[in-house]
Amino acid sequence: MDKIKVVLAGQPNVGKSMLINAMSGSNSLKVGNFSGVTVEKTELSFHHDSHTLEMVDLPGTYSIRGFSQEEKVAHTYLLNEEYDVIINVLDSTHLQRNLLLTLELLKLNKKMVLALNMADEAKKEGLKIDVKQIEAIIGVPVILVSANSKEGIEDLLHKVHEEFDSQKRRNSNIVYSDPVEEEVLELSHFMDAKGFKLRDLTSREIAIRVLFEDKDLDKEIHNHPVMVELQSHIVKAKEHIATHHDTENVAEIKANEYIAIARGIRMETVQCKGLKGNENSTKKIDDILLNKYVGIPIFLFFMWGLFQLTFTLGAMPMDWIDAGFGALGDLVGKFIPHEATRSLIVDGMIAGVGAVVMFLPNIIILYIGIALLETTGYMSRVAFMLDGFFHKFGLHGKSFIPLVTGFGCTVPAYMATRTLKSEKDRLITLFILGFMSCGARLPIYVLFAGAFFGAEEAGNVIFIIYIAGALLGLIMAKVLRVVVFKGEDEPFVMEMPKYRLPSLKLIWHTVYNNAIGYLKKAGTFILAASMLIWFASTYPKQPLLDQEYQAKIEQVMGDKTKVMMLKNELKLKTLEASYLGQIGKASEPFFAPLGFDWKMAVALETGLAAKEVVVSTLGVLYAIGDEVDAENNSLINALQTNVSFASALAFIVFVMIYLPCLAASMVFAKEAGGYKYLVYLFFFTTVTAWVFSFITYRILV
Amino acid sequence: MKLSELTKGDSAVILKIRTHEALKTRLLSFGVARGSELLVEACSLGKQTMEVLVDGTHIGLRANEASLIEVEKI
Repeated sequence: MDKIKVVLAGQPNVGKSMLINAMSGSNSLKVGNFSGVTVEKTELSFHHDSHTLEMVDLPGTYSIRGFSQEEKVAHTYLLNEEYDVIINVLDSTHLQRNLLLTLELLKLNKKMVLALNMADEAKKEGLKIDVKQIEAIIGVPVILVSANSKEGIEDLLHKVHEEFDSQKRRNSNIVYSDPVEEEVLELSHFMDAKGFKLRDLTSREIAIRVLFEDKDLDKEIHNHPVMVELQSHIVKAKEHIATHHDTENVAEIKANEYIAIARGIRMETVQCKGLKGNENSTKKIDDILLNKYVGIPIFLFFMWGLFQLTFTLGAMPMDWIDAGFGALGDLVGKFIPHEATRSLIVDGMIAGVGAVVMFLPNIIILYIGIALLETTGYMSRVAFMLDGFFHKFGLHGKSFIPLVTGFGCTVPAYMATRTLKSEKDRLITLFILGFMSCGARLPIYVLFAGAFFGAEEAGNVIFIIYIAGALLGLIMAKVLRVVVFKGEDEPFVMEMPKYRLPSLKLIWHTVYNNAIGYLKKAGTFILAASMLIWFASTYPKQPLLDQEYQAKIEQVMGDKTKVMMLKNELKLKTLEASYLGQIGKASEPFFAPLGFDWKMAVALETGLAAKEVVVSTLGVLYAIGDEVDAENNSLINALQTNVSFASALAFIVFVMIYLPCLAASMVFAKEAGGYKYLVYLFFFTTVTAWVFSFITYRILV
Repeated sequence: MKLSELTKGDSAVILKIRTHEALKTRLLSFGVARGSELLVEACSLGKQTMEVLVDGTHIGLRANEASLIEVEKI
């Protein structure tokens, strides 16, 4: 079977993903995400008319000559990879701007088909598009399609086949501005007279490329003898064009020419019969949602709603999953007689995987919310409204959503940074996200605030902790921007797309892919890491200690409180002798200047696995048992007697700043683009936490 | 005058874009160039960002970047 490799290119928001879905229908064989660092191209293949169509979906870009990550990916792919046909997807309702990319793509000299998507929407808006005329001007087949109503999809696929089989190259009839046309004519006459030929290009094409400084062509003809005579002509011609355009910047001249051509094509081929329904409703909605005074409150309300949904609705399945994994662990435990194996599987593997799966409801709800914000076009309005504030701290308007999510759970917050398109903005946001105290840190705050400030003050103290964390995050963002991520700011120039009703299919696709990605990537690593932590806290075994306490417990047979006490003592001693305890003791000197003893050090270290564990570890270490929660009075008493006020505050500060839990750290590494970033984050947060804790402790002591 | 000096509802034509290369490229790829007509659709609180309509495309940009674009009111 013949294979046709098809590349989809188009500007953002033209419905490329929808179109791929519509083309492959249910014939889709495989969908895979090949993620680069920031941007992804998607590949999929399906059968059509006894051919296998391999589709590559490039990231949406306004241009292939720009500097952004997406543009580079698209440009490199289009220039260097092997493929047969380009499908250039355009938004029929924004033809003029979309044609700018088409004009750039034409220069690649590849087989190409134009798909004017959203034909149904254009019809509704009263636009009449003369397809034959566009074909005549541009010189490639043009088809009106709608991914929504499936109109024109078959035609499009047939055209791809035809184009694949055809040998002839059509000529385009694109006309440049008068000065350019004059000079092109002049140069091509000269070249014809000299009999100058290059590849299969016509002399007109060569002339245009020479005038617009096509890099590849320049290299080829640089040493050609004809250049000696041609050079002076070229210089004069360029001067003429430069005066006309009032700039010597060739890229700008070219862009100006393209804009004029695109405008010309639109005026010649698109008729508008009044009725600009959608355009008008977008304006009306914007008048409310972008209103100076109510715009931000409305947005905050949406955010509050999303937040509530994520963490209240999400809490229910979380409890079920937690209970489910607990029950599964118990059940499986019954069938494994060998103790160490049972412990490994139940306490290590099942509990570890459970901890990962537990976040899934949160992630799904949050992603539905974000997908809704993005597909409806509201997200860019949000960035528009908030950019003023966030830009002061070196962040982007869109950073707001991950930052707010960070107060709930850092895992989905890291994943939400994907909406940031600039690499620098994304990395800075990723690095400071941990400063937004997540829900799992709350029990620690509740415990310490309750123990050292009393019940009445605790609420205020916790509020101050949260605010302090957020402020610190913003300040650190500024510091990172000035010190680490130096240089030119990413310009904030973005399209504000029309409001559209969300597509269920697309939302499902996004949510599904993200959920699976999370389970796969985080799941495997967290599984391994939680087994490691289980191992470190369980080994080396202390058979002597066990025997000793077994004997003691038998002696006090019947006295339940004494049995409890002895069991806790055993746990404490076992943990103290375990690898984890040894690490805690070894790291004591590191924490000593902050006023932490080895127990607090171990608690912090187990907190690297999950912040919830800090409280239960403290419970074990202060020998009250691990079945404690934040309101437990005996733990509060134990802390009050064993920990000084200064150390307690320093501990709170450390918890506020240091590395988020293991699940979050793994997601961070994936989103930032490598484990080296996790190492940076580890040092960045640990140093910051240490310094701030130290200051706190020294001030109070 | 500068684009940043316009307020909601103003129309203007672009005379000169004085921004650095990356931003200029971005604007050009949106179809914003010398001679383009624009309409200011919205300004955010404190006028830190503004939304303009150029050839059917809504574009949001920062005020300090808008101050590098020279326009003539029409």
